[in-house]
Amino acid sequence: MSVTTAAPLHWSKARPRPGALVRLFDHRLFLAMACLLPAAGLLLVFLTYPLGLGIWMAFTDTTIGRSGVWVGLENFEYLASDPIFWNAVFYSVFYTGIATFGKFALGLWLALLMNQHMPFKSLIRAIILLPWIVPTVLSAIAFWWIFDPQFSIISYVFVQVLGWRETNINFLGSEWPARFSLIAANIWRGIPFVAISLLAGLQTISPSLYEAALLDGASSWQRFRFITFPMLMPILAIVMTFSIIFTFTDFQLVYAITRGGPVNSTHLLATLAFQRGIPGGQLGEGAAIAVSMIPFLVFATLFSYFGLARRKWQQGEGND
Amino acid sequence: MSNASTAVPETMQWDSRARRMVMLWVPLGCFLLILLFPFYWMTVTSFKPDGELYDFATHNPFWVTSPTLAHIRKLLFETAYPQWLWTTMLVAVGATVLSLFASTLAAYAIQRLRFRGSQYVGLAIYLAYLVPPSILFIPLATMVVQLGLFDSPLALILVYPTFLVPFCTWLLIGYFKSIPYELEECALIDGATRLQILRRITLPLAVPGLISAGIFSFTLSWNEFIYALAFIQSSENKTVPVAILTELVTGDVYQWGALMAGSLLGSLPVAIFYSFFVDYYVSSLTGAVKE
Repeated sequence: MSVTTAAPLHWSKARPRPGALVRLFDHRLFLAMACLLPAAGLLLVFLTYPLGLGIWMAFTDTTIGRSGVWVGLENFEYLASDPIFWNAVFYSVFYTGIATFGKFALGLWLALLMNQHMPFKSLIRAIILLPWIVPTVLSAIAFWWIFDPQFSIISYVFVQVLGWRETNINFLGSEWPARFSLIAANIWRGIPFVAISLLAGLQTISPSLYEAALLDGASSWQRFRFITFPMLMPILAIVMTFSIIFTFTDFQLVYAITRGGPVNSTHLLATLAFQRGIPGGQLGEGAAIAVSMIPFLVFATLFSYFGLARRKWQQGEGND
Repeated sequence: MSNASTAVPETMQWDSRARRMVMLWVPLGCFLLILLFPFYWMTVTSFKPDGELYDFATHNPFWVTSPTLAHIRKLLFETAYPQWLWTTMLVAVGATVLSLFASTLAAYAIQRLRFRGSQYVGLAIYLAYLVPPSILFIPLATMVVQLGLFDSPLALILVYPTFLVPFCTWLLIGYFKSIPYELEECALIDGATRLQILRRITLPLAVPGLISAGIFSFTLSWNEFIYALAFIQSSENKTVPVAILTELVTGDVYQWGALMAGSLLGSLPVAIFYSFFVDYYVSSLTGAVKE
C-alpha cells in the first residue's frame, strides 16, 4: 500500500494563499460563532432580556412613564385578593382544557378521515388548513358577527329555519354562553393544525403493521387502540404541548370578540395582563399577571421534553 | 356485497359504499362545511347592502340578492386601508428577510459546523419557541419606548424574529440534515472555503426549505397581533389586523359590512399567497413538528 505513495507529485501551479480575513472566516469555530451571532443577538436582546425584565418588573410598581421601585411581592399579594385575577386563572385553565380536548378529539377524527384513500385529497387538505392561515383576528371578527345578539346566523337557523327556539341566542351577553362561544371559536381555529400534524404522523405508520393486525383478526378499534394510538403518541405529545402553550397564552381571539367581558368573565391571563398593563398603565401589575403564566408553561415544556425523549427511544435513534 | 354474511373479511365490509358514505364523506362534509362557513359568511356579508344585511325576514341571509361594492369602496377610499396594507407588507417582508438571514446562518452553524455544545444551542433555540408573546409584550413595550422605536414599524421588524427565528432555525436544521454531507466534503477537498460551500452548495440545495421558512414567516408576521397592538399607536402605522379591530370598530353601532369587507380583504392576500404554496406550508408545518 505504501508503494503507491512513493513518487511525490509536483503541482504545476500553487494555489494563491488566501488572505487573513478569508482564513479567519474559514476557521470552523470562529465561523460557527459568527454564524450564530445574528440569531443569538436577536434572541438575547428581544427575548431573553425582556423575559428577565418582565420577571423583574413583576416585583416593581412600574407604570407608564415612570420606572418603578422594588416592591417585593406586593403585586402578587394584591392579585391574590383580586377576584378578577382568580376568575382569569380559572377561565384560562378551563378554556385551555376544554379547547384542547375539543381540538384533539375533532382533529384526530379529521386526521383519521383524511388518512383514507379519496379523490381530491390535496384540495381537501388545502381547504382544511385555511382557518389556520388566515389572521386570527380577522376570523375572530367573523365569529363576532356570527355571535351577534340580533343578527346571528346561528340564531336564524335555530329560530326561523328549524324552529327549535323561540328567541335568539344571546351568545356573548352572559357569562357561560360567552365562555363557550369563545371556546368554540378557538376549537374551530385549532382543528387544522392538529389535524394536519397528526395526519403527517399517521402517514409515517407502516401499513405492514395493520396488515399483520388484520391477519391476527384485530378489530378496527383494536387496530386504533394498539397500533395507531401508540405510534402516534410521540407526535401527539409534541403537538399537544404547542397547542396547550398557545391556547393558555391566547390573546387575539378573546381580545377581538369580547375584550374580557361580560363583567370580566372571559378574561384570560393574557388579556387581563394587557388591559391592566397597556391601556391601564400599571405595567408592574400587568407583568405580574404575565409572569404568573410561567409555572404553567414550564410544566408544559417538561411534558414536551419527556415526549421528545420518548420519541427518540422509540425510534431507536442514538443521542444525536 | 354489502349484505354478505359475517364471513366476509373486514376489508370488504369497509369497502361497501354505504358504509364508506357514512363513515367518511358525511363527517368530512360536516368538517369542511364548518371550517369554511365563517369565510363564506364573511364574503356574503361584505357584498350585501345594509338594507339586506339587517333584514332577515324578507331576504334569505344565506344569499345576496343585490350585491354591492359599497363596503369595499368605503374601505378602500374612505379609510387608510391601502396604507395599512402597505405597512403590513413592509413589516412582514422586513421581518421575514431578517429572520431568514439569521436562522439560515444559525442552522448551518448548528447542523454543519458541529462544535462542542451545538446541540445545546439547538435546544435553547427550541425552548425560545416555547416562550409566547403574551408574556413578553409588556417588558418589550418598555424597551421599545426606551429605544425610541415606539409607534414605528421598525420595532415590529426587530421584534417579530423572536418567534420567527426559532421556528425557521428548526425547520432549516431539518433541511440541512437531509443534504448529504459528502457534497460538502468534496468541496472541501477541492479547496473551497466554508463560506463558499454554504453559498454555492448548501444554500442552493436547501432552496425548498428556504421557501418554506420564508412563506411561513411571512404568514406569521402578517397575522401577528399582540405586538402590533401594543407598540403602534398612530393610525397610519398600524398593521391590517390591528387597524381593522381598532379603527373600524367605532361607537356602539358596528358597521358589519365594512368590518367583514376589511376582514375579507385582509385575509385574501395570505389566502392567495397560501394557494400558490400549499405544499410548502404543509411540509413546513409537519416538518417543524416532526423535528
